Amino acid sequence: MSIARFWRATPQRYNLGASKCAVCRQVYFPPRAVCPNCTHHRESIGKMQPIQLTGDGEVISYTVVHDAAEGFEMQVPYVLALVRTPEGPVLTGQIVDVTPSEVSIGLAVRATFRKLREEGKAGVIHYGYKFTPREPGAPGRTSPPG
Amino acid sequence: MEETHRMDAGIVSYGAYVPKYRIAPAEIGSVWGADGAAMGQGLYIVQKSVPSPDEDTITISTEALRQALQRGRIDPQSIGALYVGSESHPYAVKPTATVVAQAVGAAPHLTAADFEFACKAGTAAIQTCLGLVGARMIDLGVAIGTDTSQGAPGDALEYSASAGGAAFAIGRQRVIARIHHTVSYTTDTPDFWRREGQRYPSHSGRFTGEPAYFKHVTECAHHLMEVAGTTPASYQHVVFHQPNGKFPQRVGKQLGFTDDQMRYGLVTPFIGNTYSGAALIGLANVLDHADPGERILMVGYGSGAGSDAFDIETTPELKSFARALGPSVESYLHGGTFLNYAVYAKFRGKIHMGGS
Amino acid sequence: MREVAVLGIGMTRFGELWDRSFREIGIEAGLEALVDAKLSSKDLSALYLGSMASGPLLDQEHIAPLILDYAGLAGRHLPAIRIEGGGASGSLALHQGYLAVASGQYDYVVVGGAEKLTDVPDTTGNQIASASADQEWEVVFGATLPALWALIARRHMHQYGTTPEQLARVAVHAHAMGAKNPLAHYRNPLTVAQVLAASRVAEPLGMFDCAPLSDGAAAVVLGPLSEAKRHTEIPIRIAASSVATDTMAVQHRQDPTVLESTRVAAETAFRTAHLSPSDVQVAEIHDGYTISALLALEDLGFVEKGRAGPAVERGEFTGQGRLMMNPSGGLKAQGRPFGAVGVAQVVEIVRQLRGQAGERQVPGARIGLTHDVGGTGATSVVHLLERREP
Repeated sequence: MSIARFWRATPQRYNLGASKCAVCRQVYFPPRAVCPNCTHHRESIGKMQPIQLTGDGEVISYTVVHDAAEGFEMQVPYVLALVRTPEGPVLTGQIVDVTPSEVSIGLAVRATFRKLREEGKAGVIHYGYKFTPREPGAPGRTSPPG
Repeated sequence: MEETHRMDAGIVSYGAYVPKYRIAPAEIGSVWGADGAAMGQGLYIVQKSVPSPDEDTITISTEALRQALQRGRIDPQSIGALYVGSESHPYAVKPTATVVAQAVGAAPHLTAADFEFACKAGTAAIQTCLGLVGARMIDLGVAIGTDTSQGAPGDALEYSASAGGAAFAIGRQRVIARIHHTVSYTTDTPDFWRREGQRYPSHSGRFTGEPAYFKHVTECAHHLMEVAGTTPASYQHVVFHQPNGKFPQRVGKQLGFTDDQMRYGLVTPFIGNTYSGAALIGLANVLDHADPGERILMVGYGSGAGSDAFDIETTPELKSFARALGPSVESYLHGGTFLNYAVYAKFRGKIHMGGS
Repeated sequence: MREVAVLGIGMTRFGELWDRSFREIGIEAGLEALVDAKLSSKDLSALYLGSMASGPLLDQEHIAPLILDYAGLAGRHLPAIRIEGGGASGSLALHQGYLAVASGQYDYVVVGGAEKLTDVPDTTGNQIASASADQEWEVVFGATLPALWALIARRHMHQYGTTPEQLARVAVHAHAMGAKNPLAHYRNPLTVAQVLAASRVAEPLGMFDCAPLSDGAAAVVLGPLSEAKRHTEIPIRIAASSVATDTMAVQHRQDPTVLESTRVAAETAFRTAHLSPSDVQVAEIHDGYTISALLALEDLGFVEKGRAGPAVERGEFTGQGRLMMNPSGGLKAQGRPFGAVGVAQVVEIVRQLRGQAGERQVPGARIGLTHDVGGTGATSVVHLLERREP
């Protein structure tokens, strides 16, 4: 992925920048220009407001990947999950710092900041969100991670 | 900084992060035909942390700083300066600090830079923040010390070089630990270095001891206590740079500190030498345990060589400080997931991979 | 709108075609279809070519005129249009060809699908396959196409109690049918135990839960049904051609276990054709992953949501029920040359409806369905085909 293409999405990949429809209050990640809920009369156009997800979430499905995506070869087997945030959006991301057997549907997780991939040894390093299990009893995020 | 007056700035918040993986000296020794367990005992290294393949100085700094912001309920936009001290910045050219600033939401109205001074780049960053805050150039500065350092395979350093870091927010408002004084001691002493383009550092063996670590730490500590008008007995806690467990214990005794004063400040035996993070994680552990009104002496050391010493006192603000909003340093000292050397070598990029 | 019929079919062997080039296989399938339709190339109006990734695979775009050129038809200066919709590219090309003939714009069109996957290393092929998922919000974070289907599978298991054994039966059936198909990539039978013991790709999916990367091409000739008798003894009428879409990423679906695009495309197709799922005797459905076949059976309306696992276990779609699924061996055994898949599905259904499917013939098949999926279901294409008695 080109540098500009990755860099452009920094607010989302670093800081979980999302958008909220001022009409129906639905939250979207990544941010959307129009609300899929309010498209009939295009009520949402110009009314999508930026907000930030807290980074908390719950695993709604997961897989243990053995045949890695490009750039993830050093991490196999790694856990990839669908994570539902309390704000509503579901995110696709790795669960790290776990052994696969520790992951199950319903696991409480929290966003963390990790390397996603490197453009070769001499190239740019891309960073973004992944998730780690949230310790039982750990406080929820009172504010966004950024 | 020959004559320092009492400063009104100090630590507003802090956070520490240590990767989850661990390796034991015996496991490392078994690969090189060495008695790793004895080596570990000699150095007082029980285990060391290992970063996962997706962690580096940037991610560790970000994690530590996010915790500090969360605990201190700090608006990231209020950060006026952000400095990351490390000798393992992921890029030779391109700042760690800009990524961290962006990732915590502090960009764009701040100054940011990377520091390098072997293991004391983090304490140097604290001094810089103190200067900026003291001069009223900024309200809040962030100093981070982090490393994911490597010892050459089979080298004595391999038993201790680990990964971790801590972030300190320095300001004048809501100070939980006031920094009364800081002094430094700097000479040209080639005890440890890494030339441009070299993968692993080199060191001068036993020369790293007396003329380097011990001389700088003791001189600097003496000077600070002279300036502050204190003695070892004035302090409840002392934190030294800790390349292993043994050096800080020995230097503490030389200076007249007791084991009890070093109790919380010594973390390297359980996480390894986090280089620029070492003294700072020790300080974070002290702050995790301290009550208001306690006095802390911290002396960092960086090869090449220099020491920065700090005279710190916790304030009543510590009572209302939300320590529990971040993991304690203690939680990093125990547990973790142990790796064998093969996986450790893979994680640390020590295996020569085929292809491009 | 005119009624449209499939007048001719052609298809190469699917598999690792090391000694054949993209243009060679494209031409072979196309010419075979023209011959089968007894169509002189001077009557041909246009070519629609489905290909997902000729650029990344071959550094070759602009492939529709290329194929016409090497078929010897450059001098005719015909319209030639390449269509892309991930793994559903072939079916989308068919949809466009259908519309062109139905509208009266063109009389006779060739619809082709072709892909050459073995000209790149396996890992590159897998990366290219993942380009039909969302690169920016799925793949960047470590997702692969099988990993995304595995997320769907795990959720399906969680919600409905679907088991790995039930998934495995999809692959076992595919290989049993592939063994009877001389053009199939895989002709070896598989057991449930073998599927379950295979190395894991993305849990709960193992290597034998995933269709292979294959080379191959397929083509059909479409024309007005009114003219069909001049070209074929048994015209096969396209009773419906329906395309529907959904969110690009799995994460944005209300319920990841539902392929809404498939549900809507099927509903539309059955409504258009005045048919219902119970009218269908033979179906070529998307089994790129064993889980995708279960979702397809449910969302096409052949079985209630969540009940496909037990139904497959009972053999309902594998010989014991009214409907036969994937007699060709499906993507799993016949093979998966992305752009060729949807066209090959139609080739198989035409063979079945003509009664020319040999060993794997479904007796008395009159109505057939094809179901093609791009990526993880952002595109679904459903065709209903009907045998017209001579």
